[in-house]
Amino acid sequence: MNNQSVVAKLKSRFPNVPFEATEFRDELTVVLPKENIVAVCGFLKEDPELVFNLLADLCGIDMNTPARRFGVLYNLYSLSNKFRIRLKTFTEENEPTVPTVTGVWGTANWHEREAYDMFGIQFQGHPDLRRMYLPDEFEHYPLRKDFPLMGIPGSLPLPKK
Amino acid sequence: METAEILRKSKILQALEDQNTSVSMDDPLESQMVLNMGPQHPATHGVLRLLVKLDGETVLAAVPELGYLHRGYEKLAENCSYHEFIPHTDRLDYLSPLSNNTAYVLAVEKLIGIEAPRRAQFIRVIISELARISSHMLWLGSMGMDVGALTVFMWSFREREKLHDIFEHLTGARFTTSYTRIGGLSQDMNPDVVAMIKKYLDDFPEKIGECEKLLNKNRIFIERTDGIGLITAEQAIDLGMTGPNLRACNVEHDLRRASPYLIYNEFDFDIPTYEGGDTLARYYVRMEEMKESAKIVRQALDKIPSGEIHAGKPKKVLPRKERVYTRMEELIHDFMLVNFGISPPVGEVYHAIEAPKGELGFYIYSHGEGYPWRMKIRSPSFVNLQCLPVLLKGAMISDVVAIIGSLDPVMGEADK
Amino acid sequence: MGLEDALGDSFLTTKVEDAINWCRKNSLWPMPMGISCCAIEMMAFAGPRFDSARFGSEVLRFSPRQADVMIVAGTTTYKMAKVVRKIYDQMPEPKWVIAMGACTSSGGIYRTYSVVQGIDQFLPVDVYVAGCPPRPDNLLNALLMLQGKVQRGESRGKAPAFIGDFQKLQAHNAAKEKELATV
Repeated sequence: MNNQSVVAKLKSRFPNVPFEATEFRDELTVVLPKENIVAVCGFLKEDPELVFNLLADLCGIDMNTPARRFGVLYNLYSLSNKFRIRLKTFTEENEPTVPTVTGVWGTANWHEREAYDMFGIQFQGHPDLRRMYLPDEFEHYPLRKDFPLMGIPGSLPLPKK
Repeated sequence: METAEILRKSKILQALEDQNTSVSMDDPLESQMVLNMGPQHPATHGVLRLLVKLDGETVLAAVPELGYLHRGYEKLAENCSYHEFIPHTDRLDYLSPLSNNTAYVLAVEKLIGIEAPRRAQFIRVIISELARISSHMLWLGSMGMDVGALTVFMWSFREREKLHDIFEHLTGARFTTSYTRIGGLSQDMNPDVVAMIKKYLDDFPEKIGECEKLLNKNRIFIERTDGIGLITAEQAIDLGMTGPNLRACNVEHDLRRASPYLIYNEFDFDIPTYEGGDTLARYYVRMEEMKESAKIVRQALDKIPSGEIHAGKPKKVLPRKERVYTRMEELIHDFMLVNFGISPPVGEVYHAIEAPKGELGFYIYSHGEGYPWRMKIRSPSFVNLQCLPVLLKGAMISDVVAIIGSLDPVMGEADK
Repeated sequence: MGLEDALGDSFLTTKVEDAINWCRKNSLWPMPMGISCCAIEMMAFAGPRFDSARFGSEVLRFSPRQADVMIVAGTTTYKMAKVVRKIYDQMPEPKWVIAMGACTSSGGIYRTYSVVQGIDQFLPVDVYVAGCPPRPDNLLNALLMLQGKVQRGESRGKAPAFIGDFQKLQAHNAAKEKELATV
């Protein structure tokens, strides 16, 4: 099992989806549009040859470009084949939404909550989308490139001395 | 008084008269309550807030709340150069800092495409395995303390102090070491340290045997842990659990075997797996892992070659200080590397190692500058804590502590 | 002079304040607010090698109602600050605070949006311990320094409950506060 065979399988199963596959340091990254992400993830998990049953990581990324600003990355691992690939989708800056993959892997629940907390990406269909790390009243999304590292003074309350 | 009240009170009175201890109320919400095991709690292994819905003593549902230690690591990484981030990785899984150091520099080295020399790789294996022993020792102590065996806590801390002495001799700090560097290590391992490690390993089986004698066949310990906190292999993989917790569900998955990093393919060690998926299985897996780690360190000490510990790539690896002060090119390289950072190629990389808690992965997206564009830390404790509601369902309130102890979460990396 | 000769060796005379403070300093029970990495060194401080029990801190009482001194060990985030303050408020007087480590003293290596840059923004701190994490010996030094403070009857918080010349102590503490505020 290698990168080319995975890409070939994906292309044969989903002929209408525009995949962009790149390789860097022997790691395969496949970029696809967000409408197909749930179907592709389902196929990657259920297929008896591929069996990507462990979602190792799901994270958001802020590319700071005007179009396709926010991305969501899926690092998948197959326990039986001992193989890793990466999927990527992009979404727009205003009201970023991505369909959720909690139906495919249960572990995506908290990862997507974290991505929402840090970037503000809404996951459609998520059972429990609320903030993970910061208090619920916090209004900003820290990992966006326009949020300063030191934070905005007064955005988080402090008890009185 | 309303009739419902009167009926309830008379029912209780009747039960007292009959000495009947199983009374069922008509209104089922009467006996449910939400208990807050707050962020400050002796047994929640750090600042984990757990909200449990109880029906009497049985846990119906549990909701963990994280974020009380969220320090903004990922935002910090975007503002530090790759070298400057190494001390931050110590504070992630703060029970085994050397392991995190190794994981991070391996990811960065994969990104730049260099490899550390052989001696450095051997020493990295040794420190990773010693960090594993240290982390599991603390787990043993705190789990023993949680279920009531305080002696085990004291003994394991005594053993940990010896390891801290070794780390101090080797790296200069007891605890947050920042020992590894991109392309090698910060300083070499001299023969005193080797002798100390050998002596520690000679005493190790006896010391771990003492702790085992107290716990392995202890009736109270077994009753408190056997069959408690069950999870099946399918549920565990679906929820992303990795590490000793997964190996206790009879899934043989260890990144040191599956995708060997460093030079683990040259060592001979077993992967302990137990079936059962309960707290006792997790206990056994970790005890066996400690012994396997000792085996690996012994083999590494026998086979370790002599040689350099810095990769000789001047544009990527910080040169040695004595050369910086005496030679021109090294001075220039040092200046460029410290001020502008190493300049990796544009690309993204994900590298994971088998940390003591599970799969610790670093995802780095670089855009060619000296600091990463995005760094994501895939922390095992974060994902393992997601399984907590499944583990706690149906357990008694006194088992909550044992289950959290056996899962071994560390809030420093769960909250990032 | 005459009194001591008359009483002999089995009696000693002292002030009530000194006697009470001596009792207090030799039985300071810490409440470990262990939040992150410093908590591990605090556990080592209570462990067999660097034994805090020999200095009077016999047990680490996790209930604030039973503790004298709160050792805040670990990075305090804004979310956690509310909890730390709540627990501090639940401790009975007299109480002291040890800020352990760089993160509690000044934010440490985390200059980020979610970390409080020093717990003295919302708690009165008596002793600051430097280090990341401080060695357990360093924490023992801090404990002894705090014991010295207790013996002298000083406190950054409210004045300790006291039998004796309360007004004088209050005036002394107020003057100390003013001096520290102008520094």
